[in-house]
Parts: sequence; structure tokens; C-alpha cells
Amino acid sequence: MKCARPILALFLAAGVAWGQWGGELRLSLRSEPRSLDPVLVDSDSEETFRYFTGGVLVRVNRVTQQLEPELATSWNIEDAGRKIVFHLRKDVCFSDGTRFSAEDVAYTMQVLLDPAVHSPTGDAFRSGSGVAKAAVRDPYTIEISFPRPVAGAARLFDQVAILSRHSSDRTAAVLGPFHLVERKPGSYLRLARNPNYWKTDHGRRLPYLDAVRLDIQQNREIELLKFERGDLDVISGVEPELFDRVSGSRKAWTQDAGPTLESELLWFNQTPAAPLPDYEKRWFASRNFRLAISHAIRRDDLCRVVYRGHAQPGVGPFSAANRVWFNQALKQHAFDLETSMRMLAADGFKKEGPTLKDAGGHAVEISVITNSGNRSRERAASMIQQDLAALGIRLQIITLDFPALIQRITQSFQYELCLLGLINVDLDPDGQMNLWLSSSANHAWNPNQKTPATDWEAELDRLMQAQAAAIDATHRKLLFDRVQEIVWREAPILYLVNPNALVAASPTLRNLAPSVLRPQLLWNIDRIYFERGR
Amino acid sequence: MRTAATIFLISVFATALFADYTAPYPFAAQFRELPNAAASGSHLLGTDALGRDRLSRLLYGARLSMLLAPAAALGSVLLALGFALLAAMGGPWCERLILAAADLFLSLPLFFLLLAARALLPLHTTAETAAIVMFGLLAGLGWAGPARVMVGAAKQFSRSDFVLFAKTCGHGRIRIALVHIMPNILPVAKAQFLIATPSYLLAEASLGLLGLGIPEPVPSWGSLLRELESVSAITANPWILTPALCLFLVVAGFHMAVSADKTAV
Repeated sequence: MKCARPILALFLAAGVAWGQWGGELRLSLRSEPRSLDPVLVDSDSEETFRYFTGGVLVRVNRVTQQLEPELATSWNIEDAGRKIVFHLRKDVCFSDGTRFSAEDVAYTMQVLLDPAVHSPTGDAFRSGSGVAKAAVRDPYTIEISFPRPVAGAARLFDQVAILSRHSSDRTAAVLGPFHLVERKPGSYLRLARNPNYWKTDHGRRLPYLDAVRLDIQQNREIELLKFERGDLDVISGVEPELFDRVSGSRKAWTQDAGPTLESELLWFNQTPAAPLPDYEKRWFASRNFRLAISHAIRRDDLCRVVYRGHAQPGVGPFSAANRVWFNQALKQHAFDLETSMRMLAADGFKKEGPTLKDAGGHAVEISVITNSGNRSRERAASMIQQDLAALGIRLQIITLDFPALIQRITQSFQYELCLLGLINVDLDPDGQMNLWLSSSANHAWNPNQKTPATDWEAELDRLMQAQAAAIDATHRKLLFDRVQEIVWREAPILYLVNPNALVAASPTLRNLAPSVLRPQLLWNIDRIYFERGR
Repeated sequence: MRTAATIFLISVFATALFADYTAPYPFAAQFRELPNAAASGSHLLGTDALGRDRLSRLLYGARLSMLLAPAAALGSVLLALGFALLAAMGGPWCERLILAAADLFLSLPLFFLLLAARALLPLHTTAETAAIVMFGLLAGLGWAGPARVMVGAAKQFSRSDFVLFAKTCGHGRIRIALVHIMPNILPVAKAQFLIATPSYLLAEASLGLLGLGIPEPVPSWGSLLRELESVSAITANPWILTPALCLFLVVAGFHMAVSADKTAV
């Protein structure tokens, strides 16, 4: 009996550590996935489905932000960064029972890189110098060759769900913890445990959960009502207002996981072809003008009032949440009206009564466009409007439906300032390549440049290309730190705030480890369990 | 009932018209230390998410809505009256043409046109101009409904004995239309005005609710209704229902006035 007690205690403790099998987790997707094909993922809801069902060679741990082996037990870089070789896990089966091997990885790469497929995931493996190629060395070893050295090539495979070469239905044979069993378009998706999932806990196959139900629900208010009623178990990306409401409830476990990689930002239209008066183009091309605006914005007020304290002032391309790449030496552009006025005066601006005028006597009246329907963004615009009034700048706010806004910033260029959000899904600077390269269509303030319009943009081009080809991590960090310094100094984009990751879950869920990276609360879905069976 | 409704509408109109004197604060003033404040002595209806005094915004919003919606309704009704008189003067082919045009306008997706017009506005369009453009569009596109009713009334009067007598006396078409027909269809026009005004108030409210109404920081009843999107906010701060209550009472006031007016007609 003396021995039994410690053994029982050990058993109970182990039982908690092992988790409890069973139960259905219910959550909502904010939009209907247009496609469930893992190579065609192009939205957050599709990415969530792929994350739950797809098996990958390596996975970025959403908490430590380090790469971890999954279907690949190890990997090595060869040929000065032009080649990556993965050594695959043996005895792994797809959900339909067929065996997984290097041939499946080769098949996946072939599909991803097929120009007829137009895979957004495959874009990461293409470059101006060519496309990546896969070659099978043996049944459990595969090499991927790139036309030029690629820094951090392994992390690209966090997004690549391996397909079965034997199955034409890409949702029928998967390697992730769950597989699709039912879909009712516009209503819900139901996933069941993958009986062949390779991960185990004390000899028993994970995941702990029997099923996951993904309800399609766009309205966040209704989503929260369902959560409060117990119809949903988890909500990620809760809006600050709703988070404060649900935080007071004993029926919910909530956590503010800190600043995300997402940014709310403001940029000036510097496109030469924009249908704007020449004097306005000169304002926006002036570093002093851009910085004066930045220093006049009270970022702390934006965080406190608009985000109810659940946000941090923005500094640059990455928030402090990106532990590896954030440049710690940079601080936010502090609110300082004197500095703003001094910078404006240096460019010949002067205040006449309540109105700021440029050297040519033009009153500074500018407009900011943003998308309608995003309450936080609209409120931020109203606060910036009042902040800039202190400088004598009259700011008009124009809210547009999203297609009209995209048309203006990408085709007609009929705008002056644009206030939008940027969602970073990639921790690596390569994920922002299309934003910083002057030749890119996504170079927000002046896209598709044939040659860089300014010296600092040329410098950005050079640094981004250099960091993408650099294999040494320390050297890459130095190069990207320099990119962040230039962006901070030249202010083509004003980073306003980084909203926090706000999550809410049923108090009966265990093994929750909220992350600021997506999927914030469910990144370890295979290890989450209910404390009691449901 | 009609008197009570009229007195209520006039009092709302007067309070809104003199918002500069009746509102305790400027509508755009942000009290950033007091966002989402509850009703208190200094802010009788509390403050919104940016700390702006809700009562002041309600009064200024009423001024915009209560001035522009009736103005737009008046515009629509005057257009409809013109078309009705033209139909009465022009004969059957003219009447058919006007009714066909009215049918066409009634088929237009008004909401979509308002969104498109808003997207086409120049960058430096002020909130006030945007409001005038929006209500102007409502006036310009909303004549068809009243016109169908008024063309029918004008047609009826054009066949009456007194018009026949005027024709035999040698009066011209324009004189007959202006002197003999128009005074008789004015009560119909008045009723149409009272019907159109609340529908324009609600149209603005719908656009405002979508965030596509009058641009910030100028308040309108539509933009104030956006706070009601959150059920939780209503239970926590019931005073945010005030703009909805005002809109309901004003729309009901117009409908009561029009019911009484129809009885009179």
C-alpha cells in the first residue's frame, strides 16, 4: 500500500501530462475557403484548414520561432546554399493508408511548380533566375535544388503540405493530424482524427481530439455570442472591445499574447504617374514632410484608445514579436510637435492662422483612404485627423469598399495617403521581398519602378537581394537591420501600431500555448485536449 | 395626431438647426482620457469610442440629416411635379415616355449607384460636400416613385371639366398646367414629400451603418447608428440607443403626418 500511493500519484500526474483522448473542438473560420487544395492556399481560412490537415517536412514552432523536424528528421544545406537535402521519417502513412516516401515530396514539388497550377505557395520557389527542382536520392532522401543560394530555405517548407502521388483527391490522403470528413459549403467543415497520424504519445497515436468542426462565420459579434453560449470552444484574433467583454467572464480562458507581426501602417503616394498636383508630389517626396507627419501622430493614444491597450506602437517592418529579425536599436517616432514644425519649416512650410501652407502658398489639405468596415482603422484615421490638425494640416478621411480601394492604390493611383494593415505570415525578411524591392508591384508607395527612384530605394534593393542570398545568419541580420534603419529614417511607410494577439478559449481546454503567430491558439492542435470527455 | 407629429418634427428641426448653441461640445472634440464613458453630468449621453460627446454628435448629426433629407425629398418631388405637368401638357406619347423613364429609374440599383458615386468623388471632397452629393443623388434618382403617382393625378385633372373649359377659353398648355392642374396636385406632392423624407433618412442611415455614409468626423444619424452593431455595447451602455430612438421617432412622425395628410386629401 505504501508503494501504491506514489505509483497512483505518478499515474495521475502522468495522466494529466498525457492528455485525454476524445471530444470535438469547435471554432469558426472568418470566410469560406475557396479551395481546400493545399497548393492553392490564398487566405487565412484556407491556411487554417491546411495547417490542421497537411503534413509538412519541417515546422516553425510558433512559440520558440525555431524550425523543428516533422516528416523530415533532419536536413542539410549543400552547394553553398543552392541545395537542401531532407532525410525523411520512415514508417509514415497517409490518412488513406498509403505509404509516404520521397516520391511524394517530389510529386508535391512538381505540382507546386507547375505553371498551370498557379500555386501561391509555389511562388516562393520561383525567382527571376529560375525555379527549384526536386530529385529523389533514395526512398527516404530528397534534394531540392535552387537556381541561386537561398537563405533559410528550410523554413519555406513550413507552408508545403505533402501530397500523395497515389491520390487524385488532395483532401482524401493527408499527413496532418486531421482529415476532412464532411463539408457543407457556407456552413461548416468537419474534420476527423487521422488514424495514421505519425505522432504518438506514450505509444498511442495523436491527436487527442476526435474531431474539429470549423463553422463559417464572418460576423465577429455572432462568433463571440456563440462562444459565450458554448457553441464554440476557441476564438483567435478577438477584437479588443470584444476581448475586454469576454475577459470578465468565468466561462472563458483569455490571454493577451502580446504584439503580433501584423502592422497598421500609413504611406504616402509617391507614384510619379499619380494624378496629383506637382506641389503635393513634392510634399510626399520630402523626407522631412513624411517624418513631420510621423512625429505628429500620437501612437500611444492609438494603442490606448483604439485598441484599448491591446497594441504596441509600431516601429518598423517587424514588431518586437519577431525575436530574430526585429532591430532592437530602433524606437518609435516619438510624438513631438516641435520636431514636426521644425522639419516642416526646413522645407519652407509655415503656419498661417490655423492652416499650414507650403512655400508656394498652397494650404496643406490631404486625404487618407482606408477600407470601410474596419472599425479600428476608421477610428485610427479619426485620431490621426485630429493629431494633424495641431500642425495646421486638414486631413479628409475617405472610406471605400475594398475593391475600390485596391483599384486606387494599384491602378489609378488616385490617392494621397493610404491607411491599411499588413499581415506578416513569415518570420523571415524574404517574406517582405515584394514590399521592399522597387521593381515589385507591391512596393506600396511607388510600385513597378524600372530603376529605383531614389538612392535609398536602390540601397534597399541591394540590401534585400544581398540578405536573400547570404547564408550566414549573422550577416543576414546585419543586412536586414540596415534595411530597417533606412525605412525608419526615410519613413516611406509610417508604422503606427502592432495589434496584440488576443485569444479566448473554453476553460476545459488544456495544452494551450498562445502564440503571436498564426494560427495563434491552435498551432499545436495535435496536442490540445479537453480536460473531461465531451 | 397630425398636430402632435408636426410639433415634434418642428421641435427636433429647431433643436438640430441651432446645434451650435444647443450642443455642449464641438462634434469632433476628442476627450481621449474618456473613451466609452458612461452617461454623466458632463456628458449626458456618455462618450463614443474616441471620447467624443455623444449628445453633441447626436445634435449635429440631426442637423445634417434633418436639413438634407427634407431638401432631397423636396428636390425629388419638384422633379416629379415637373414631369407630371409635362405629361399633362405633352399628351399621351409624352406621358408614356415619362412613365417609361420612371420605370427605368425605379429599376436602378440605388444603393450601388450611391457607392459608385462615392468612389468617384475627388480626393479633397469635404464631408459636407460628400453629404450634399449623396442627398443630391437621392433627390436626382428618387423622383420616379412620386412621379408615377403625380402623373396619374395630373392626367386625371387634365380630363376634368374645368380644364376642358379652360381649353375652350383658349388658354395655352403652359397656363393650363401651371394655373389649373398644378394647384390641384400640390396636396399629392406634399404627401409624396412626407413619404420621401423618412425614406431618405433611412437610406442615409443604411449607408452610414456600412461606414459608407458621411465621412468622419462629421456626424450623421447613420454614422451614429454604427455603435449599435455590437449587442454587448447596447447592454452595457443603453444610452447608445438614443440615435436609433430619435430616428425611429422622426420617421414615425413623418409617417403620422402623412397618414393624417392622406385623410385630408
